[in-house]
Amino acid sequence: MKAHTRKILDKSFTGMGFMSVILLTLSLVIVLGPIFVRGIQAFLFFDTVEYRRMQLDLFDRGDPEEVKAELDEVWAERRFIYDTIAAFEEQVENEEIENSWEYPEKIDSLNDSLKALFGPRPDEPEPVLPRDRYGETRWDRAQQTFKLVMYKEQWDYSDPSAMGSKVLVPRIDSFRGTTVEQIFPYMEENLEKLMLPEFTFYWQFLTDKSHDIHFFGGIGAEVLGTFYLVIGTMLFAIPIGVIAAIYLAEFAKEGKIVSLLRTAISTLAGVPSIVFGLFGLAFFINTMEVSQSKSVLAGSLTLTLLVLPTIIRAAEEAILAVPKAYKEASLSLGASKLYTILKVILPAAMPGILTGIVISMGRAAGETAPIIFTAAVSVGQPLGLFETLNQPTMALPWNIYNLVTEHEAVDQIRHVQFGMVFTLVLLVVVLNFAAIVLRARISKKLRG
Amino acid sequence: MSQTDAKNVRVSKMQLSKDSIHQKKILNPETEKGHVISEDFSVFYGNTEAIVKANLSMPAKKVTAIIGPSGCGKSTVLRAINRMNDLIPGCYAKGKLIFDDEDIYSQYTDVVLLRKRIGMVFQKPNPFPKSIFDNIAFGPRLCGIRRKSDLQEVFEKSCRQAALWDEVKDRLEDNALGLSGGQQQRLCLARALAVDPEILLMDEPTSALDPRATSKIEDLIRELRGTYTIIIVTHNMQQAARVSDYTAFFYEGVLIEFAPTSELFTNPREKKTEEYITGRFG
Repeated sequence: MKAHTRKILDKSFTGMGFMSVILLTLSLVIVLGPIFVRGIQAFLFFDTVEYRRMQLDLFDRGDPEEVKAELDEVWAERRFIYDTIAAFEEQVENEEIENSWEYPEKIDSLNDSLKALFGPRPDEPEPVLPRDRYGETRWDRAQQTFKLVMYKEQWDYSDPSAMGSKVLVPRIDSFRGTTVEQIFPYMEENLEKLMLPEFTFYWQFLTDKSHDIHFFGGIGAEVLGTFYLVIGTMLFAIPIGVIAAIYLAEFAKEGKIVSLLRTAISTLAGVPSIVFGLFGLAFFINTMEVSQSKSVLAGSLTLTLLVLPTIIRAAEEAILAVPKAYKEASLSLGASKLYTILKVILPAAMPGILTGIVISMGRAAGETAPIIFTAAVSVGQPLGLFETLNQPTMALPWNIYNLVTEHEAVDQIRHVQFGMVFTLVLLVVVLNFAAIVLRARISKKLRG
Repeated sequence: MSQTDAKNVRVSKMQLSKDSIHQKKILNPETEKGHVISEDFSVFYGNTEAIVKANLSMPAKKVTAIIGPSGCGKSTVLRAINRMNDLIPGCYAKGKLIFDDEDIYSQYTDVVLLRKRIGMVFQKPNPFPKSIFDNIAFGPRLCGIRRKSDLQEVFEKSCRQAALWDEVKDRLEDNALGLSGGQQQRLCLARALAVDPEILLMDEPTSALDPRATSKIEDLIRELRGTYTIIIVTHNMQQAARVSDYTAFFYEGVLIEFAPTSELFTNPREKKTEEYITGRFG
């Protein structure tokens, strides 16, 4: 081959490699970008006066005096709208205007949309469900709901050959020539005064328990559940994994049984996670009966099986990578094998072992399938420490799935869904980052 | 090498080892006592006989050098003394290797205790990836010394013995791997001395060092003579001549000659020895 062709081949290969790296980065940005941008909105957003009322009622946060003053202020503004509608209703009832028969339905629709935006009037009886007690608590949601106040959704069947399509009709058209007409421009101009948006940093999103299945509140129960699962998993997986790795690396005599063991461990790493879930249900819950039904304990045990191969592999490789010279030096000084392993080999292998551990922590935090059958529930309370032995828990990965697919008002809680995904991704990223930092630090300490 | 040739070599090995049985008498029985005595001692790697029936008596508180060409088994002899050969799968020994009236390879020997009494310095400096202090305190801690002041005392003593004190006294907490090669080797020496062993084994301790560091180690060996029994394996005949009192010459696993160093280098009895020290092979 000529030097020229070789050069061109080299260059094109480098180019291809570079391109694939760029492609990977881009797809990462495309996937993670929206998650980060929208996920952050669960924490940082403009709230409304309804949010502050909700926080005061449900979480006892904020100054009651101040909230009351604000409520008085907005209801003073809102009163004009309701008064106008009430006066018009009276007119309709007394048939003082033309075509009065067609208005009650329109008024009901308008009232419903107003209720969704502002919440029930102070003089109304308090609704049972928390979701009905408050208007829109977030400014971005309020603006969307306000659109449904200004425009009415209608189905357009004008084209008989097509399916009907949804169209937005200005609600003001329904009330042309009446007194109600004036409230629409009034609301449009004064929306901020009616809702009092304020920038807020709702960090308690991470710790608050949810009210009325995630209509209000945060994801505290899920975060706590994930935390329990990860800690529980590590409690089982670290000792078993590291001891197994020590055995394989230091004690096992190469033979048929050990090579079979190694093959089994590698195979275990490739088993689909749903199979682990089913195994956990069949073995830990039905056979061993570690708990009556799903529990954090059963879930942790199942996740332990899932992450064990990773930990064993990482730890074994780390132990094998420790220079023989350390072992010889320690033994020559009269240290026993156990002492050598504990005091010399394990510390030197620590970076590798820790990396394996932290990566499996991320894995345990994000894995969904194994906990479906063994630990996760959609609705529940944050657990106390000892309840983990026999109680199921909510957990981030499962509840993300649940909220996105099975929640009754999927559209209204987008911020919670994104907030949860963001939290989970952040958790995994932070764990992996911690692994890198820890590894670098310990390696540096070891290298001097 | 054809099969008959191989047989011949084996036969000649046997003859040589028979001769060497008498070499115990090299030591002056009135002033010198054998500290490590081997009697028909053989080491096998699987089916290969790495050491063939060596008979040797290494004197106490003297420096004994083991020389020979690569692969002649000199490191095997050394590592047999503190049973580091146990780490090699398939390695076993026959015959007797006596240390302090007890057979090192007896089934009753506590290897851990044995190694506490027999320190070792390796070919490549191998400090632990810990602080300088922790490196040297490793052995004492193993022996159950926990008090910081006691440890410090041992640390200073062994550092001074290894001529390391002035260089490390201000950086006890630094990582040992930050030291230079020569310093690391002296640290390993100090680490071995910190458990106060009776015998110090050195496996080509200067082969990875530059001439300056080498001469420092050699000075140390000369200083430690009289306090410890030192057995040193070396590639370097000049080094053996410089530091040792006795020299053993191994060739293909057979102890060819064991004699006071001055005698062996000036007036070797065996032809092989002469050939080797004059550089005709090896």
